[in-house]
Amino acid sequence: MLRIECPCCGPRDHDEFRYGGDASVSRPTHDDPDPEAWYAYVYVRKNPAGLHREFWQHVIGCRQWLVVERDTRNHVVSSVTFARTSRA
Amino acid sequence: MNAQNKRLPGGGRIDRSYPVEFSFDGQKMAGYRGDTLASALLANGVTLVGRSFKYHRPRGILSAGPEEPNALVTLGTAGRREPNLPATTLELGEGMAAESQNRWPSLAFDVQSVNGLFAPFLSAGFYYKTFMGPTRRAWKVYEHFIRKAAGLGRAGTEPDPDRYEVRHAFADVAIVGGGPAGLSAARAAAAAGARVALIEQDFLLGGQLLAERSDGAAASWLNQIEAELKSFDTVTLMKRTSAFGVYDGNVIGLVEQRDQVGPPRTGEARQTVTLLRARSIVFATGAIERPMVFANNDRPGVMLASAARTYLNRFAVLPGRKVIVTAVNDGAWRTAFDYAAAGAEVTVADLRAAPPTALVAEAARIGVTVRTATRIVDLHGGRAVRGATLAGPYGQSEAACDLVCVSGGWSPTVHLTSHLGVKPRYREDIDGFVPGAFPADRFGAGAMMGNYATADAIEGGHRAGVEAASFCGKSAPVSAPSKLDLGETITTMLREIPSAQGGKAFVDFQMDVTTKDVELAHREGYEAVEHLKRYTTLGMGTDQGKTSNFLALSAMAALRGATVPETGTTTFRPPFTPVAIGALAGRATGHHFKPFRRTPMHDLHLANGADMLEVGLWMRPWFYKQSGADVNEAYVAEMRNVRQAAGLMDISTLGKIDVQGPDAATFLDRVYANGFAKLPVGRARYGVMLRDDGIVFDDGTTTRLAENRFFMTTSTAKAADVLSRLEFLLDTAWPELRVAITSVSDEWAAMSVAGPKSRAILGAAFPSLDVSNEALPHMGLHESQWEGCALRIVRLSYSGERAYEIYVGATAGEQLWSRLLEAGRPFDLKPYGVEALGALRVEKGHVAGPEIDGRTTLDDLGLGRMVGKRSSFVGDVLRRRPALLAPDRQRLVGLECIEDGKRLRGGAILFLPGEKAHGHGRGRITSVTFSPERGHYVGLALLAGDVATEGSEVVAVYPMKAETVRARIVSPVFLDPQGERLHG
Repeated sequence: MLRIECPCCGPRDHDEFRYGGDASVSRPTHDDPDPEAWYAYVYVRKNPAGLHREFWQHVIGCRQWLVVERDTRNHVVSSVTFARTSRA
Repeated sequence: MNAQNKRLPGGGRIDRSYPVEFSFDGQKMAGYRGDTLASALLANGVTLVGRSFKYHRPRGILSAGPEEPNALVTLGTAGRREPNLPATTLELGEGMAAESQNRWPSLAFDVQSVNGLFAPFLSAGFYYKTFMGPTRRAWKVYEHFIRKAAGLGRAGTEPDPDRYEVRHAFADVAIVGGGPAGLSAARAAAAAGARVALIEQDFLLGGQLLAERSDGAAASWLNQIEAELKSFDTVTLMKRTSAFGVYDGNVIGLVEQRDQVGPPRTGEARQTVTLLRARSIVFATGAIERPMVFANNDRPGVMLASAARTYLNRFAVLPGRKVIVTAVNDGAWRTAFDYAAAGAEVTVADLRAAPPTALVAEAARIGVTVRTATRIVDLHGGRAVRGATLAGPYGQSEAACDLVCVSGGWSPTVHLTSHLGVKPRYREDIDGFVPGAFPADRFGAGAMMGNYATADAIEGGHRAGVEAASFCGKSAPVSAPSKLDLGETITTMLREIPSAQGGKAFVDFQMDVTTKDVELAHREGYEAVEHLKRYTTLGMGTDQGKTSNFLALSAMAALRGATVPETGTTTFRPPFTPVAIGALAGRATGHHFKPFRRTPMHDLHLANGADMLEVGLWMRPWFYKQSGADVNEAYVAEMRNVRQAAGLMDISTLGKIDVQGPDAATFLDRVYANGFAKLPVGRARYGVMLRDDGIVFDDGTTTRLAENRFFMTTSTAKAADVLSRLEFLLDTAWPELRVAITSVSDEWAAMSVAGPKSRAILGAAFPSLDVSNEALPHMGLHESQWEGCALRIVRLSYSGERAYEIYVGATAGEQLWSRLLEAGRPFDLKPYGVEALGALRVEKGHVAGPEIDGRTTLDDLGLGRMVGKRSSFVGDVLRRRPALLAPDRQRLVGLECIEDGKRLRGGAILFLPGEKAHGHGRGRITSVTFSPERGHYVGLALLAGDVATEGSEVVAVYPMKAETVRARIVSPVFLDPQGERLHG
């Protein structure tokens, strides 16, 4: 049972969060016309055994989108930051 | 059957002043408070308790704990019926009515026990080989009978009337297991200053110490430490509580049974699940004794040696007077000595050639017969064991007996420690698996670590308790625990090599897996333990192979000529013991799990005769009873009234989002496929959002309230997703945009007045409002106050008629609804429900959820022209992927039914005329309605673009009702294609 240390609200149970996918992929700028760049952003994912950067939103809380670093082998969360200030 | 004829006159931890009546298969019996169902059955001389899973063999009571594979019973009736409960863990309660399982017509005479005669056919893989090969068709014939014959207890089918609770709890140190190690750990951790939770599955603390005499040194040690623990107000003793799983973050899943003493009190939970989060955990889960493998080793009357001792000393039950104890280690000798002291005639058959001389001398002193290098090779008897064939250095001999105590060694209970990935490690000196290296916040002690002597368990528990508390920063000085020496000897044990001469020799009692099945698996190449498990179903019963796992491993290891660690062990997963789904759900059942959402006008709808419908979580009026006898009649009447006069619809369920900031227009311009930057203040626009992959996400209308402020509505279903997605884009993709968004869905009550008379009604309801087309044109906005609440009127239409969406502060919703109905009465204004709403939009050709199904693009839905040459919006690049532009992609068309007396149905598959109705066809109907305008059924469909020529015909096939109907492809807009009704 994961706990996420929300930088705004403090440590909370994962029930309060919504998972938002891989945070290590970088989103093309909104006017980027390159289909390859969008294809990579939408579809290409690594599946690491180890540290994984991922988006979570504190939906039943401050509603901030967060970047959580989680070890996929043991679910240990090593860092949580606001997504706004921690772009990959 | 004499009442409690096997009960000894004195001793035990039962309360003889408190008799308890219960029944087994309808027969009334008596026991005492402090009994388990199993001990009470044994006290009453019951040896046959159940029938086995596959062969329906008679089975008795093997163990005295949660590892029990045989003695499974069903308790309760109707909604309270609960099957497959181990009698060995059920605290005897007044009036408890237990039933045996897996027998017909009765336990003593069971028809299917003939399965035993067909055993050669029922070996591992039998069903697969028989029914999945060339004869697989036979499965369809036999499945019903096979499924009926298989299985253990039957669950109830009625709703469970009882209450369950789920709660959260916290501790510094959680200790799993209340035996000597756990008690010692709890005392040490508490004394060091930690908040402690001690978890014990039993209703008494003590673990294996409860198998000792109830008046000896063990008992006084227990009394002392229990008193010590109770003196700490930082210690929570959780009895009757099983730890079923250990999860991330040191969370332990616990299920607590109700105290069986006395009837349930009103409102009391039958079971309580606790999610206990601890900073550190001490596992003191003990060990499970292994049975032995020989022919007919499953006869009723075969019992684990430690269990036999527990029944004797804890429950004062003497289940047999002519006892054979067979062992590979020293521990079982203590059972022999205690039975001899209780007056039984006892023979010890030790597989070892030279057991410790001290034990042999003690046996001689108290008159226990000892036979070394001797093993049991067969047992006789049907519903109770009668005799054994022993094989020793001087050949075979027969011995009469009524109780056989077996001990094939011990397996540390490593299940819980394995749940978080600590791999078991083989320890040769104890021939068993113990946990591998723990992370810093978990500890182990006692038999679970392979330390079987009581003194070692107390010492190890103490150490673990001190360390676990220290991990939490609690390290007050702790005095040494009281010592307890039970005079146990622990010398090298012998690995029993399973063998069976004739007869079945079981490794897994519950799943009826024999040595022959293991041999078969080996012969057919299923050598890996995980394959062995799946091929033979070994360990897949409700007991999860607690007694069988090691036996099977060592049997397979012997067959492979490999060691046990080379053969490996299966992965242990939660739950350790079965947990009722109801307990996990707690109170979150029915509408406590899926609550209703009600609009501000909910009560008015009920008062006005609405038949309500659950739409997602929302309760919405489906139709109004005064409109017609049933929904089909009512929705057509409600549609007609909207088209001819006016209707009033509750649209409060729409998602509503307030968008503000200097970059709000830029933001909307990016998230909508169609442009919003140039939307004038005071005007609304229909917009469609795409996903990043170019598929349509949601649609709705957005109104520009001011230069930097917009009011967005989303579909009811996608409200939460759209809000979250917009927040995602602002937080992660475009943090430079100065925009704030807030959900205002619940702040507004919303209603729509639609129909040719809507303007007149609006004028009557708001006499001071200028409702002229000039003041409030199509897509126009009016903002003011009404009865002290904010009021927004946006002229928007979903139905195709002139319509106004009216938003008012939620508290004024009922009042405004009533006012509109009142003002609209002279104009025939009537409320309408979601059935008519859906039908009106189909007639107008508007897409909704059935068309925006997560697979369709703007072009598929005929909305591509909204975008024109725009770019740089979400989903723009990937929507132009070649496959999404293929000419044969299914796209939106209208269909009209061209056969009299027939109808279209949503979900029907479309074929070309003359085409064989097979496979996925050319498309499907997504939405249908009867069209009062056209006088027949019309529908929206997604149809392959290369055949979607307006005017041509398709055939709609609906296999569920064996219907086939011809339809003509037409424009999806069935009504007013020029939109004349909306304007003016």
